[in-house]
Amino acid sequence: MSAHTTIFDLSRPGRRAATLPANDVPDLEPSEPIPAELLRSSPAELPEVAEIDLVRHYTRLSTLNYGVESGPYPLGSCTMKYNPKVNERLSALEGFRGLHPYQPDDQVQGALLLMKRLEGWLCEIAGLHAATLQPAAGAHGELTGLLLMRAYHVAQGRSPKTIIIPDTAHGTNPASVVLAGFTALSVQSDERGGVDMDALRSVVDDDTAGLMLTNPNTLGLFDEHITEIAELVHEAGGLLYYDGANTNAVLGRSRPGDMGFDVVHFNAHKTFGTPHGGGGPGAGPVVVRDILEPFLPVPVIVEASGGEDGGEDVALRFEYDRPRSIGKMRTFYGNFGVLVRAYAYIRSLGAEGLRRVSDMAVLNANYVLEGVRDLFGVPYDRRCMHEFVVSGEPLRQYGVKTLDVAKRMLDHGVHPPTTYFPLIVPEALMVEPTETESKESLDRLIGVFRAVVEEAESDPDLLLEAPHELPVRRLDEVRAVRQPVLRHQASSD
Amino acid sequence: MPHSDEDVRDMLAAVGATSVDDLFHEIPAHVRLDRPLDLPEGLSEDELFGEVAALAARDVPASELVSFLGAGVYDHYVPAVVDAIVSRSEFLTAYTPYQPERSQGVLQSIFEYQTAICELTGLDVSNASLYDGGTAVTEAVFLAAARTRRDGVVVGAGVHPEYRRVLRTETAGCAPDGCGGAIVEVPCHEGLTSMDALREAVDEQTAAVVLQCPSFLGGLEPMAEAATVAHDAGALFVAVVDPVSLGLLEAPGQYGADVAVGDAQPLGQPMSYGGPHLGFMAVPSKLTRLLPGRLVGRTVDAGGAPGYVLTFQTREQHIRREKATSNICSNQALNALAALVYLGWLGKQGLPELATLCSRKADYLRRRLLEVPGVESFTQGPVFREFAVRLPVPAADVVAALEPRGILAGLDAGRFYDGFDDILLIAVTERRTREQMDAFAEALAAYLATATGGGTA
Repeated sequence: MSAHTTIFDLSRPGRRAATLPANDVPDLEPSEPIPAELLRSSPAELPEVAEIDLVRHYTRLSTLNYGVESGPYPLGSCTMKYNPKVNERLSALEGFRGLHPYQPDDQVQGALLLMKRLEGWLCEIAGLHAATLQPAAGAHGELTGLLLMRAYHVAQGRSPKTIIIPDTAHGTNPASVVLAGFTALSVQSDERGGVDMDALRSVVDDDTAGLMLTNPNTLGLFDEHITEIAELVHEAGGLLYYDGANTNAVLGRSRPGDMGFDVVHFNAHKTFGTPHGGGGPGAGPVVVRDILEPFLPVPVIVEASGGEDGGEDVALRFEYDRPRSIGKMRTFYGNFGVLVRAYAYIRSLGAEGLRRVSDMAVLNANYVLEGVRDLFGVPYDRRCMHEFVVSGEPLRQYGVKTLDVAKRMLDHGVHPPTTYFPLIVPEALMVEPTETESKESLDRLIGVFRAVVEEAESDPDLLLEAPHELPVRRLDEVRAVRQPVLRHQASSD
Repeated sequence: MPHSDEDVRDMLAAVGATSVDDLFHEIPAHVRLDRPLDLPEGLSEDELFGEVAALAARDVPASELVSFLGAGVYDHYVPAVVDAIVSRSEFLTAYTPYQPERSQGVLQSIFEYQTAICELTGLDVSNASLYDGGTAVTEAVFLAAARTRRDGVVVGAGVHPEYRRVLRTETAGCAPDGCGGAIVEVPCHEGLTSMDALREAVDEQTAAVVLQCPSFLGGLEPMAEAATVAHDAGALFVAVVDPVSLGLLEAPGQYGADVAVGDAQPLGQPMSYGGPHLGFMAVPSKLTRLLPGRLVGRTVDAGGAPGYVLTFQTREQHIRREKATSNICSNQALNALAALVYLGWLGKQGLPELATLCSRKADYLRRRLLEVPGVESFTQGPVFREFAVRLPVPAADVVAALEPRGILAGLDAGRFYDGFDDILLIAVTERRTREQMDAFAEALAAYLATATGGGTA
């Protein structure tokens, strides 16, 4: 079997894995037969394989992959921390995974109570007042938050159009802004890596609907002017949106609400330790100041008053009758299975544990920065928070780019950092070790950085042609676009 | 968190800090939190398990009841092989495959998933998955608006009411290329959309015609005819379909759909109180560059060997920022893997068998219920796995009355449609036995005899 054999290549006519229950109803002519023109004309060519074929094929594919359990994963702004095993066991309980979203409220009180408590904890962590657990991911939370801001302005009889975004922001920010019907206005950073206050003052005006900020920002730096920024935007009638991607830096240390933010999204899969799943599912709960609460998506979980809706055993119920609500962001109530894990994460750590998460995340980032600062350019030489950004520019003298460093790190058995982001740092390497890496693991990571930079000096081709030790060598992404092959074809081999 | 006190001391010394507090001095004092967060004390693993399991025990999972609830989420059996594969940590704990050379497992699985969705839908290109069915419909409308440079949407009332609500919410801000224009809803009659009404609703500003088959109320819509109506007006036809139904019903690509979307929950995803599930989307090749979300392609490595990468990334937010086709930066990769393994488990023969089994059982239950005095047919014509009946009493009363017997009778359609309080929507998967269906019919008959006979109706 070659390395790229697909499940479709393994297909053999007549082979199967599924066992289905026998048909136990009388074999009658259907009372209303489906007309021939609505019936499928040719079957979907799904693979015909035995269960062992399935298991061996996907087990083999899994060995070509790399997860947090494989080794260090210092991918900046992605917070690849360890995902506790017990949380998997909890989310798999039949009382959670077997629930149908339209079951009567009296049958789902455990699920509602779990979500209600989680909302309360997220409000406390954010320093704000009300929450929705509906958004399916961080970017979806951004769109939700921006639509809430829009609804707020409309309710005030205003329609400001501009959302200000620093040039260090995640790409999702401007994309979400446009989707919400606003215009994105980029503002530059100052020499300390924070928002340039003069530049900000020059763009804030009556048309300012709000500002989106990640704090600490994607440089891993805390914006010291945050209160001033908030005052400036609020005075103009705008609102402040907190992109919670970097909350892992400040749990129990500082709260977005206290910084002046009005809307926050959390990434449950980053901050609260739920697995990333190779790109999802995530969860992007949104927490807001009281002025935005009336606009939250429906339904919201409320206490049943014991009136006509509930008997004695109904303590909580979903409330849909919210005339000022923006509506619904998702078909049902959120990625509930992910929320169960986030609940378990916060509950097991408590206030003290959560603060230790950020303490150790920040310590680890600073430790790695100390270990590699002489190898790279350090564009903003400040105390970093949970992540830091260095520049691979000094390696250009050997003809080596950041991309080559990343590819060679793969050969050394670790996952490389985020590269070429944020955009304002040339040849950027963005490193976020997370709190769950031990000192030995961090020393190993530092050692890999050092070894790769030494190789860049002594044998740059080793980097330029990396990776060498992996199932595939460097892949041709240009060809993937020019000669697109986006599905398996029976004749393609 | 692995650090010992000694580790912390050593590391603080290495970074030149006197204490952990010292690491946070760049946060201005007035925005530092000067008290512990007001959260419950942390728990040991055993205590945690006890508390959370107690919450789960307060729920009555539909999967353990005799459930006829569907309405977009279906109680199909999830085989063990699906759980076994998706719980492998190399899949579970990986990030989005930004380093393709070390992510061939997830990349190839998405490529295979895309292939399976193309096969199901009869279309050329599938993306790597979306959040869910409702958001997939919204993304399809954005795509149609970008393609046609129009802003009108005509959507059948037989499209899942919550998908329509998501569509209205998420397009409120308007969107790329001016979508967010009028959304016109075409009423459906006994589960089917009137083609005459559809023809009247479309005009030269219509970007997309959106119809669901089977409809929310179970009708098998005339999709080919609707596609013609859309195309005659220069609009794209968006088909919202159930993936299991495609074992029996015609593929959207065969009746002229430009975009096929839906929720793939029925493919090996636990109901999980509504999420995480996944949305799917497939289009003809000519629309590839307008697809939202991740897309995996096959290419070659430096030595000429095949491999997989994320491709057409210039559509995406991390490159295009405010000019992206969508703000999406994830997919539901693990759910897509589950759907793929499930489809591999069913295979070419199993999918039509499953679809036929569901449809036979649904037909049987419909017959049985229509024999119950007072119960009338509602959904017109043939059905697949779900149908609605008209009751002589409010549907909510029937649902409540059968609940103590461990039967979830279905969905009160009045929840979503004005004047439908007496309509009950009933789904039948392969997990329902003849015995359970007979018991349901008998319990319904007994209840109606009391309720209507006693003059309380």
